[in-house]
Amino acid sequence: MVEAKGLKNNNVQRVLWPLMALAGILLFNLFFTPGFFHIEIKDGRFFGSLIDIANRAAPVMLLAIGMTLVFATGGVDLSVGAIMAISGAVAATVIRPDYVKGILEYGDVQPILLVLAIPLIFSLLAGLWNGLLVALIGIQPIIATLILMVAGRGIAQLITQGQIVVFIHEPFQYIGSGFLFGLPFPIVIVLLTFSATHLLTRKTGLGLFIEAIGANSVASRFMGIQERLITLSVYIFSGLCAGLAGLIVCADIKAADANNAGLFLELDAIAAVIIGGTMWGGRFTVFGSIIGTLIIQSLTTTILTRGVAPEVTLVFKAVVIILVALIQSERFRQLFSRRMGRRKVQIS
Amino acid sequence: MNKSNILIDIKRVSKTFPGVLALDKVDFCLHRGEIHGLMGQNGAGKSTLVKVLTGLYPRDAGEIIYEGAPFSLSSPQEAAVHGISTLYQEINLIPALSVAENIYIGREPKRFGRIDWKKIHRDARQAIRKLDLNIDVTQPVSYYSVAVQQLVAITRALEISAKVLILDEPTSSLDLAEVAQLFKVIRRLKDEGMGILFITHFIDQVYEITDRITVLRNGAFIGEFETESLPRIELIGHMLGRDPSALSKEQEEVATVKRRTKSTVEPLLDVHDLERKGSMSAFSLRINKGEVLGLAGLLGSGRSETARLLFGIDRPSRGSTFLDGEEVNISSPRKAIEHLFAFCPENRKEEGIIEDLSIRENIILALQARLGIFRALSWKQQNEIAERYIDLLSIKTPSASQMVKNLSGGNQQKVIIARWLATDPRFLILDEPTRGIDVGAKAEIEKLIIQLSDDGLAILFISSELEEVINCSDRIAVLRDRNILTELTGKEMEVTSIMRVIAEKEVRSNG
Repeated sequence: MVEAKGLKNNNVQRVLWPLMALAGILLFNLFFTPGFFHIEIKDGRFFGSLIDIANRAAPVMLLAIGMTLVFATGGVDLSVGAIMAISGAVAATVIRPDYVKGILEYGDVQPILLVLAIPLIFSLLAGLWNGLLVALIGIQPIIATLILMVAGRGIAQLITQGQIVVFIHEPFQYIGSGFLFGLPFPIVIVLLTFSATHLLTRKTGLGLFIEAIGANSVASRFMGIQERLITLSVYIFSGLCAGLAGLIVCADIKAADANNAGLFLELDAIAAVIIGGTMWGGRFTVFGSIIGTLIIQSLTTTILTRGVAPEVTLVFKAVVIILVALIQSERFRQLFSRRMGRRKVQIS
Repeated sequence: MNKSNILIDIKRVSKTFPGVLALDKVDFCLHRGEIHGLMGQNGAGKSTLVKVLTGLYPRDAGEIIYEGAPFSLSSPQEAAVHGISTLYQEINLIPALSVAENIYIGREPKRFGRIDWKKIHRDARQAIRKLDLNIDVTQPVSYYSVAVQQLVAITRALEISAKVLILDEPTSSLDLAEVAQLFKVIRRLKDEGMGILFITHFIDQVYEITDRITVLRNGAFIGEFETESLPRIELIGHMLGRDPSALSKEQEEVATVKRRTKSTVEPLLDVHDLERKGSMSAFSLRINKGEVLGLAGLLGSGRSETARLLFGIDRPSRGSTFLDGEEVNISSPRKAIEHLFAFCPENRKEEGIIEDLSIRENIILALQARLGIFRALSWKQQNEIAERYIDLLSIKTPSASQMVKNLSGGNQQKVIIARWLATDPRFLILDEPTRGIDVGAKAEIEKLIIQLSDDGLAILFISSELEEVINCSDRIAVLRDRNILTELTGKEMEVTSIMRVIAEKEVRSNG
């Protein structure tokens, strides 16, 4: 019992620094941004800056959930942004199959299940492709997923014929802008995905296997862990998460924009995972990655509401990411505490 | 010895890691022109002492006096500047660079702002010759044997500075001739007035080369002894913290336990003409239940290759395997594990332990892998299993949540064995389970091997130490040059007959 407690504390420690960073940003807003914490209920729906931040962060959170597992196996998935574009493009095409041919009539309203399932199948295939390259052929993850990062956006553009496919499809739009239990639906999707991932990794042996593979794949194979199969599944999962994120973005703007959907979001997702305290190859925390995403998003929102020029936003983001990453680094903390220790000696 | 002869004087140095007192007021004194052995079991604090001395770790208490003045370092680079060089077990050379480049890397002599290659090669040749080594300094380091690499590393250390040389298990991967060569060099350096700190697990070597011995145990200073006047049995007693007479009794026990007779012989595993082209010539082996089959042979004779074939890591190009009389196809470790095989690999760090995971996780992983993803062991079960094996194998750790990388080599080995015992195997392959671990842990593992086989487990036991193979095995297969030459049983199992088989010219023809 004591044992279990000790370990849980350890897990709390892992996300302690990210949580403090998030608290710091929120605290800043408490003093300097009036009404930041104000949440009001209109028609049974919650509104406010905090809800807004979580809602905006939803797509990156989904990417980060998938990316966390990929990271833990010692890989990286650069293609998630492109997969978002593919997923959106496919969804829009399912809704308006003849749009690219210049036919503007809708025809029959496509059943929502189809609009969701087909893009997700494409995302799954994209993830499968990445997984095959990494797990079976043995290409370095950064190279393997770079292929789809570049080619994927091309594929999305081919699907939309380079046009922005706009559409109206009430049930589908709900994915991006609907509310459930008073919460924006994207947040609900994130909560569900997070819970499912948590259960799947922590209530089964999967999480431990992923960490073992990331920390030592040879030893894992010698123990009979199916390291290829699990690595493959992790990339497929990341693809699915990206597909889901793509659907949210696409449904929210009621259009598929192959050029810009999910552009550079893979970088935000990677940053979120690192800030959240997941090791590259080893221990991971999906919860930490969620916190990491919230840090990035609340930072962006804070900067924007402070009226800082958008050009400077990126620099700000970079500085904060560096700081949080430094705090996470054990060596940096040691250096820091050693300095402090020395100073104490000098004083005495 | 007079005071001015003292090179390094370490007084009451302490070092604490979270939860562990790694060094507890340790004294150590190194003179000019002596070879000083630092002995102790794994986890005794030898490496920590070296790391504190060379500035890798800051010390918590105590003082270090170097050439008569108090002394404190904050990095190993600084240590080199002061004339203290350390050679670790793993050689810190860059394999792809030439011998000369390795010696002068970072300090290349320059001429008109460009590297003076002529001078580098000339100087390197001279430096190498000082150690009676005659090699081409323009060849990449990886071209030479480990022993030569070791000497190149020493050359580099000497070229940087040469007052104190710390050798941390330099001989663990060398053969006898290479050790002799290394010792010759060390003796000469000693005659030139260097202070040499020598860490090893090999008792013979300590007696061969050192002048004095300092013994540490569990981070505490046990004593400093003149090598000549310290009987071996007392040294081992000091290291283990046991009465010498009790110790010899225990060794006797191991010996008597072993001399038991097998009443029934039931075959478990039968391999016929297993062969892997380019890696292992065809061989046939039978392993019986409750029996230890030893593999004896020199490094590179095909011992590990045999193990890898049996465990399905490498696939055979031909041959067949029978388990309980039925043919089985073991094409992967996973298949092997399905048949309740278990394998402790030779490279503990690369293929065995998972450093960043806890002891508990390392122990339960193989079992969990066999149960599959969806039959997860609960926290409670995991802890029970881990605690049981920590007790059973007396793994020294404050808790099961400790990271495995914080354990000493012997304890890490026990964790790997625990991992497999938790899967309740029928056939256990142990590839060099006692390499690089201390006398105490070694004796424990040997005893464990015999106990397990008594409980009915079939074991394939590989070790470089012939005495150990003889002590633990019921039968011994002797290998040379990727061939299994013959099998020895009963009274034939002794060092001389094994060596005779290895030395024989005629290779028994393989069917």
